[in-house]
Amino acid sequence: MASHNESIIREPLITGNDITYAKITNDVLKPVENMPTKAWWIGFAVASLAACLWVFAVSWTFWYGIGSWGLNKTVGWAWDITGFVWWVGIGHAGTLISAILLLFRQNWRNSINRSAEAMTIFAVICAATYIVAHMGRPWMAVYSLPFPNQYGSLWVNFNSPLIWDVFAISTYFSVSLVFWYTGLLPDMASIRDRATGIRRRIYSVLSFGWTGSVKTWQRFETVSLILAGISTPLVLSVHTIVSMDFATSLEPGWHTTIFPPYFVAGAIFSGFAMVQTLLLVLRKVLGLENYITMFHIESMNKIILVTGSIVGVAYLTEFFIAYYSGGEYEQYTFLNRFVGPYWWAGCMMYGCNVLMTQMMWFKKVRTNIPVSWVLSIVVNIGMWFERFVIIVVSLHRDFIPSSWAMFYPTWVDMSIFIGSIGVFFTLFLLFIRVAPSIAMAEVKLLLKSSSEQAKKKLIEGGHVDESHAEFYKESLTKFDSVELSQYEKA
Amino acid sequence: MSSTKFILGLFDDPDVMMHGIDKLQKNSVPIYDVYTPMPIHGIESKLGVKPSRLGYAAFMFGCLGGTTIFSLVYYFLVHDWPMNIGGKPAFAVPDFIPVTFEWTVLFTAFGMTITFFFATHLFPGRAPRVMDFRATDDRFVIAIDAKGNIPHEDITNILKEAGAVEIKHNDRKYVSYE
Repeated sequence: MASHNESIIREPLITGNDITYAKITNDVLKPVENMPTKAWWIGFAVASLAACLWVFAVSWTFWYGIGSWGLNKTVGWAWDITGFVWWVGIGHAGTLISAILLLFRQNWRNSINRSAEAMTIFAVICAATYIVAHMGRPWMAVYSLPFPNQYGSLWVNFNSPLIWDVFAISTYFSVSLVFWYTGLLPDMASIRDRATGIRRRIYSVLSFGWTGSVKTWQRFETVSLILAGISTPLVLSVHTIVSMDFATSLEPGWHTTIFPPYFVAGAIFSGFAMVQTLLLVLRKVLGLENYITMFHIESMNKIILVTGSIVGVAYLTEFFIAYYSGGEYEQYTFLNRFVGPYWWAGCMMYGCNVLMTQMMWFKKVRTNIPVSWVLSIVVNIGMWFERFVIIVVSLHRDFIPSSWAMFYPTWVDMSIFIGSIGVFFTLFLLFIRVAPSIAMAEVKLLLKSSSEQAKKKLIEGGHVDESHAEFYKESLTKFDSVELSQYEKA
Repeated sequence: MSSTKFILGLFDDPDVMMHGIDKLQKNSVPIYDVYTPMPIHGIESKLGVKPSRLGYAAFMFGCLGGTTIFSLVYYFLVHDWPMNIGGKPAFAVPDFIPVTFEWTVLFTAFGMTITFFFATHLFPGRAPRVMDFRATDDRFVIAIDAKGNIPHEDITNILKEAGAVEIKHNDRKYVSYE
């Protein structure tokens, strides 16, 4: 059957009383089919200005070379790799939401997966630009690929994690793109069939001629499931390999066997924080409160809490192992995070990622939108500092005290970082204008089973255990999009 | 002889539409296809659509990807130019695993999706063959080939009884063509 009654004690995934299939289409397509609002133009203006700054700073880097950055002989990796790992980490939530939550049959993913996947793709684009930029001579990128050449042929070194990274990031980007775009086809067709003239022509091409026949849907679902199945290990492998860039070295602070799971948890942590940052604004500005409900916000906060705690345990393990190893260089590196000249970076890292997220244990915090939004920004800042601490603080005091140095970013470093955020938001804002930010077809699936109105009908039908109904009504009190008065008189 | 090519039953509820399919089948009316704005579970068995074999294709593409990159790396690092790295063996299998895994996933994803597009005739620029524009919005459409399926009034009545909100007798197969 297409639908069945879901247990009443589960919280609704769509709120509102007059939701129909047509209303879902109308609500989701409102920003796509109408002229952009003032808020969008302001956001787009700011973001594209920052993106221009990025173009300028990266061009400057390519013209004058890496010397325009603040790197020195001791600290040879700094804001570039910090920014790269930060963006790759952020890029992990989209695939987690669309793949892992699909395998676990978490239906609440349906209304957030599309924008999270888009965010993933844009974050990975930002990460990739860092990789190309930090080469200084971007045309040298070709040497990371095993092409026959006149040196022998001298092949790339497949024993190196840096080469694994080339394969991992490019695979991750292209597979995410395929996953995202295949999922977009039915929604592109919805836009096409409502549009006229040139718009219809454009969306006709973009929708690949989708019609929604039985066979197409059946194969579509098979493809989605298998893509989810292979993307799940893929997403874990990508940050594992990123962590191996560090873990396979002999550098104290990097040479740590816990890095793979620690980086993966941190990636999901920062990715969900970025999803939260974007969606809390998106639901308000685009008026999607009925589809991205308090349940979604709280669920994401719970994931942030869990992954943040895993990261916290990983931090503790690192310290314990540094102590237990008896290696004095290892011990010094970890002590240096608190008592060295970069103590403030260490405090930002541990404070933002571990202490602040522990506030999520309180339901009042998890269901408070402004607090959740601020905390999601705090996590993003904390995760940037985590990478900064791992990279710069580990490097700046190496084995020979005479070569100890500090890292001072130049305006080019800063402009590339601010600019990459601008690139990200420019792409994201363009995305919500041209494509539906919620997977309409998948949300329509939930309408008859998991919506508030379906559950209300169940209660009114009187076939529900009274105590279960009370429990359900109690759970509704946290929703900001539910009219509670209608339940009191019932 | 009427000029009707296709009879469309438009439903506003997937469950009602499923009953409509049952009713049509009970009356031996062959169904051409069903167009819906979302996947309907259980519809394929009703309409006799066989389970998709894309999984097999995916598996084969995965095997191909893994074998390809593993053979390439073997050729590069073991056969063509073995390097002496601290006296360690050139055939360092654990080091080959990450790239082998990545290409297995890469080939699976692209191979399967391209097969899906190919088998379902989806590609950019394909003229959309739409029978009713609301089938991607809020209507669940059962399409019945009018040719040979007479009398049309009987089919209309069956659809009406089954709860169709609208019944169309289209003179053209695809309304999306100019």
